Amino acid sequence: MPDTIPDRSVLLDHVTIRFGTYTAVDNANLKINSGEFFSFLGPSGCGKTTMLRCISGFSEPTEGRVLIGGKDMAGVGPNKRPTALIFQHLALFPLMTVAENIAFPLEVRGVSKKERRKKADELLEMIALPGIGDKKPGELSGGQKQRVAIARALAVEPDILLLDEPLSALDLKLRQHMRTELRAIQKQVGVTFIYITHDQGEALTMSDRVAVMSRGVIEQVGEPDRIYNRPRSAFVASFVGENNALQGVIKGQSGETAALETPMGTFEARVGGGRKYKAGDEALLFVRPEQLIPGATENAFQATLARQEFEGATNHVFAKAGENELRISMVNAGLAGSLPGQGESLSLGFAPMNGTILPVGHMASET
Amino acid sequence: MNRNTIFGGAYALAFFSFLFGPLIIMALTAFNSSRFPRVAPWECFTTNWFGELFGNARLMEGLMNSVIIGLGVVALAVPIGLAGALALSELPSKLRSTLYTVLILPILIPGVVLGISTIVLWGQISRGIGAGFLYNGYFLTIVGQITFVSAYAMLVFIARLQRFDATQTEAALDLGATPGQAFRKILLPFMAPAIGSAAFITLLASFENYNTTVFTVLSESTFTTALASKVRHGTDPSLSALAVIIITLTLIGALTNEAFQRRKEAEAGGRASRSPLYANPITRALTHPGVVFAILVAVIGGITYAGSQYDSSQCEAAILQEKLDRQEALRAEQRARIEAQEAEQGVTVPKPDSAFGGAFGGVGTSAPAAPAPKVENNSAFGGAFGGIAPPQTEE
Repeated sequence: MPDTIPDRSVLLDHVTIRFGTYTAVDNANLKINSGEFFSFLGPSGCGKTTMLRCISGFSEPTEGRVLIGGKDMAGVGPNKRPTALIFQHLALFPLMTVAENIAFPLEVRGVSKKERRKKADELLEMIALPGIGDKKPGELSGGQKQRVAIARALAVEPDILLLDEPLSALDLKLRQHMRTELRAIQKQVGVTFIYITHDQGEALTMSDRVAVMSRGVIEQVGEPDRIYNRPRSAFVASFVGENNALQGVIKGQSGETAALETPMGTFEARVGGGRKYKAGDEALLFVRPEQLIPGATENAFQATLARQEFEGATNHVFAKAGENELRISMVNAGLAGSLPGQGESLSLGFAPMNGTILPVGHMASET
Repeated sequence: MNRNTIFGGAYALAFFSFLFGPLIIMALTAFNSSRFPRVAPWECFTTNWFGELFGNARLMEGLMNSVIIGLGVVALAVPIGLAGALALSELPSKLRSTLYTVLILPILIPGVVLGISTIVLWGQISRGIGAGFLYNGYFLTIVGQITFVSAYAMLVFIARLQRFDATQTEAALDLGATPGQAFRKILLPFMAPAIGSAAFITLLASFENYNTTVFTVLSESTFTTALASKVRHGTDPSLSALAVIIITLTLIGALTNEAFQRRKEAEAGGRASRSPLYANPITRALTHPGVVFAILVAVIGGITYAGSQYDSSQCEAAILQEKLDRQEALRAEQRARIEAQEAEQGVTVPKPDSAFGGAFGGVGTSAPAAPAPKVENNSAFGGAFGGIAPPQTEE
C-alpha cells in the first residue's frame, strides 16, 4: 500500500450512451466514493450492464465523461484502466490452471514466472483456497470458481472492481454465503466495488449505497434503508421490496403529509421526494405489506381475506378491499398466535409515516 | 438368433464390405506378382511393386512437388482461413452473410474454371508487370489452390469459433493484456486443435487436387497429375503399393491420435472413469501415445525391412515357365485344330503357310510334338489372354 490513500472514486459526468436511436443510459450523473461498495440495481435491460462496460472501458459514452480517480478516461482502453471486471459467467480461461488464471494479469505485464506463482499462491491463500493452483477451472465447484475469478481480478491490484451479477449462477445458500464473503473481501482490500445486480436482496445486504435504474435512467441513489423506506418514484417503490399501490386523487397537502382520496377511503400519508401537490392531482399511495397492521386505528379500512401463502417465518395474506387486492405480511406467531380464516373480515390500518405518496409513473411490473 | 439379428448382421457385413472391400482388394494386389493388379489368380507373393513405385522418377518428382505445394498451401491457406473466420465472427450479421457467400463461392465454382482463370489472370499479371518468374507451376498451383482450400480452413475455424466465449477475450483485455496478447494467449490456444485439423485438411485437399492443378501446374507435375497420366497409360500394382503405404500411414496416425485422445479423456475425468490399465505402471506406459506410436513405427519398420529382403524371383521364374508351357500347349492345341479343319476341307482351301497341312488331322486333342513357336519373353499377358490368342502365323 502506498503512503497516501489512492483516489479510487468514479465520477459519471452527464453520461449518455446511445446505440443508434436507442438510449441505453440517459444522462447518468453520479459520484461513487473511494472504497465504497456501490450497487446498480435494476431489471434486465435497464442499462446497468451498459453502464458497467462504459466504466470498464469496453464502450465509450456517447455524451459526457467518465472520471476514475479524478482522471478523464476518454480514449483509455480497458487494458489501461485501473479497473477489473468480474464477468457474469466469470470468463475463467479453461485451458489454463487456476494459478495461471490468477497470474494472467502479471504474465501480460512481463512478471517472472516465479513471482507470478508466488503472487497466485498469496491470492489463493486470501480467498481461502490454498493448494488448488494446479487444478483446471473445470474441476472446481461454482463457489470456488467465483472466488478464483475474484482473486484473478484482484491480481491486477485494481482501484475499482466491477462485478456483473457474478452470483446469479449460484444456488441460494452459496449465494448468501458469497454475499458475506464479497463484503469481507471488499473491507479487507479497500478497493471500490461496483456491483451490478437485478437481485435487490444482494444489493441491499452488501452495499453502502445503491443506485436503482430503470429504462436507462438512474431513478434514485441512496443507502439501502433509504431506498427501501423513502422511495422517490413509483418504480423504486414497486421494484425494491413488495409494495401495495393504490391510485387516488390528492385532496390537500400540509407540509410533509398529504391526504389522498381512493376508492377505499381517504388516507393520510407522507409525501415522497419532498414534492408539492395541489388538490386534484393524480397520485399513487404505496404501503409495504409488513406495515399494514391488523387492528391499527390510523388510516383504518375494512378488507376481506381472500387467500394465504404460508412461507415459514412469514405468512403472506392477500385481502380484498373493493377492487384492490392488498398484500399483508404477518409474522408467524407460532402455535400461540392465531390467524384469521378464509373469507373473514379484517380491519387494517397503517401509520401515515409508513405510507408514501408518489407521482404516477411506470411500475416495476411494466418494464 | 432371430431374423432381425441375421438381417442386421448381413446388412452390417454388406455395408463394411462396400466401405472397405476396395481397400482390402487393392492392398492385396500390391503383393501379387501379376503385372496387372488382381488377386485371382494369385501368382507369387512379392514386394517388388514397392521398389517399382519408388523407382518411378516421374511419380517421385511429382511427390516432391506435391509436398512443396502442399506446405505452401497450408502455410498460406490456414492464416487466410483463420482471418476470414475471425472477420465473420466480428462483423454485423447483414455484412456477415454477404461476406460468407463470397468466401464460400470458390468451393462451389468448378475446379477447372478456377484453374483456367488462375493461369489467365497470372499470365496477364506477369506479362503486364514483366515478372515472368511469377508464371511458374509452383506459384500458380499454390495461388490457384488457395482460392478454395482456404475456404475449407475457414469452415473448420468457424465451427470452432462458434464455441468460443467472446468474454474470454474481453476478460484478458480487462486484466491488462494488449489485443495482441489476448489473441496469442487466449484465442490461439483455444483454436489450436482447429488449426491442426485445418492444416491437415488443407494439406490433403492440396495433395489430392487434380482438376485445378492440372491447369495451373503447367509443365511440372504433382503426384496426383503424374498418377493420373500413369493410369492413362495403363495401371500396374505399384499404385496398389502406394495405396498400402497411404493406408498404413493413416492407420498409424489414427491409432496414435486415438491413444492420445483416450489418455487425455482419462486424465480429464476423475480416477473412477479411468480404465484399470492406468493403475499398472507397465500398461500405463504402454498406452502412452508416444509409446503406441513408437511401437507401430517399429512394427511397420520391421515388416518393411523383412519385405525388402524377400526375394520372389524364383517363384516368379517358375510362374513364368508355367505360363510359357501353358501358352505353348494352347498354341499347339490351336494349331492342331486348324489342321484338323483343313484336313476335313481337303485341298479346296489350301493353307500356303502351313507346311503340315492335314498331316495331323484327326488327332487334334492330343498334344502334338510341334516345333516350339517363337516366344516373346515380355508377353506377360500370355497366360491371361491365351484363350483368345490370334491365329499363329509363324513359319
